[in-house]
Amino acid sequence: MKKLINEPGDVVSEALQGVAAAHPDRLRVDLENRIVYRKDAPRQGKVGLISGGGSGHEPMHGGFVGLGMLDAACAGEVFTSPVPDQMMAATKAVDAGAGVLHIVKNYTGDVMNFEMAAELAAADAGTEVLSVVTNDDVAVQDSLYTAGRRGVGVTVLLEKIVGAAAEEGRPLQEVADLAKRVNDNGRSMGMALTSCTVPAAGKPTFELAENEMEVGIGIHGEPGRQRLPLAPAREIASMLLDPVVSDLPYQQGDSVIAFVNGMGGTPLIELYIMYNEVAKLLDRAGITVARSLVGNYITSLEMAGCSITLLKVDDELVRLWDAPVNTPGLRWGA
Amino acid sequence: MGVDSFVNWLRDVAGTLHENAAYLTELDSAIGDADHGANMDRGFQAVVAVLDETSFDSVDELLKKAGMTLVSKVGGASGPLYGTFFLRFGTAMSGVELTPETIGRGLHAGVEGVLARGKAELGDKTMYDAWAPALEAYDAAVAGGSDLGAALTAAAEAAAKGRDATVPLVARKGRASYLGERSAGHQDPGATSTTLILESAARTLS
Repeated sequence: MKKLINEPGDVVSEALQGVAAAHPDRLRVDLENRIVYRKDAPRQGKVGLISGGGSGHEPMHGGFVGLGMLDAACAGEVFTSPVPDQMMAATKAVDAGAGVLHIVKNYTGDVMNFEMAAELAAADAGTEVLSVVTNDDVAVQDSLYTAGRRGVGVTVLLEKIVGAAAEEGRPLQEVADLAKRVNDNGRSMGMALTSCTVPAAGKPTFELAENEMEVGIGIHGEPGRQRLPLAPAREIASMLLDPVVSDLPYQQGDSVIAFVNGMGGTPLIELYIMYNEVAKLLDRAGITVARSLVGNYITSLEMAGCSITLLKVDDELVRLWDAPVNTPGLRWGA
Repeated sequence: MGVDSFVNWLRDVAGTLHENAAYLTELDSAIGDADHGANMDRGFQAVVAVLDETSFDSVDELLKKAGMTLVSKVGGASGPLYGTFFLRFGTAMSGVELTPETIGRGLHAGVEGVLARGKAELGDKTMYDAWAPALEAYDAAVAGGSDLGAALTAAAEAAAKGRDATVPLVARKGRASYLGERSAGHQDPGATSTTLILESAARTLS
């Protein structure tokens, strides 16, 4: 294992200390509970937005805390869900009377821990909590016999759009409905060129030969659905985009946000090559790209590879996407 | 037989999980996300820390505290699942005399909690595939007049068989389910840790 770390056991806490040291103007970090807060939270009259999950997906979620996005993010161990105590502490801290929305990616552990937190919070403080579960990964075909589709790329787009709506002072139910609408209109699929190494495990989660790729991966270094021979970017782009487009389905005349996401170990130059292929395919299908996002936003440690997310948008969603945001991971207009 | 035996059990579980942490993580690498060993080890080390600084007068308080500690420290799916097991087990032991029958009811209550939280069925390739045969063997042993030690030994042996039987199964719950057919041929990490916990019970509770 070759990593820029001190001790494998200190990875998460030292990274959070780094976040606190780097962004004192925007963030406040509760190192004890491993919660990243927007510096000015709670905001009177504003619905509190909380997300969280295993670490190793940076900048998600801590890097999306700030104006126009999240109020707090709970960090778990690498690839391990945070615990209910953290979510309860964050929920209480960001509630300014307008209630709190939990944004949960559909993984068994995340869902169970957020569920327990919501049960405990209801029994305890009486904070009004709603939750939305993201599940946009079309690689999971058989949702009847699995834990259901995983929450991946759409989570980033959702946190931005719903964050803007909460910033406008919309009520909790409306914010939650919008979150569901975003999730329902988003689809993703990912692939890996390499595996990744969880610091505590010390070796790669799976082995991939030089001439192989893993298609249909999630974001935890878990193997995907299919192992295939490596192919050129244009073939990989259709391999990922076709199942995404046909699933919703996205049709001629639709407008989308097109998101090419890096898994952490792939340089931007390659992500732009992928985006070029995606843009050509969408153009051929008569799907208009209203906005695009290219970069490493929901990662899997040092895994090389990418995912493609489409979100069907209308004028309202585009307007909320364009609204000012100021977080370590996404910033424009503010 | 009293609260001290249960303290010994929890300490022994912590030791066993620590020794097997790398093994559990290796099993989890094949079909999950390579964190089960580290998570269980961290959770039970936290339980040991609680045992070091607190003394317990009753088994129900001890088990509930262990459950809350696991919920607070483990994360992932195994935190809520094992945490719920010990919470419900403890709750069922409140105000009852410790007998093979009452402990059996406590184990059942714990496993019902696991099912409510995880919604797994037999054959889904989860820890329930070890718990279910273990409870059945325990009940049969107690009904046949076995003492606690013999009943727990029967439970641990049945759990081990259930664990081994997860190898050919296709996972339908948890992260392994995303692999579909490719999850077959691997032993379930959760059924493995459950078996370790029951083997420890057979060693320490009698």
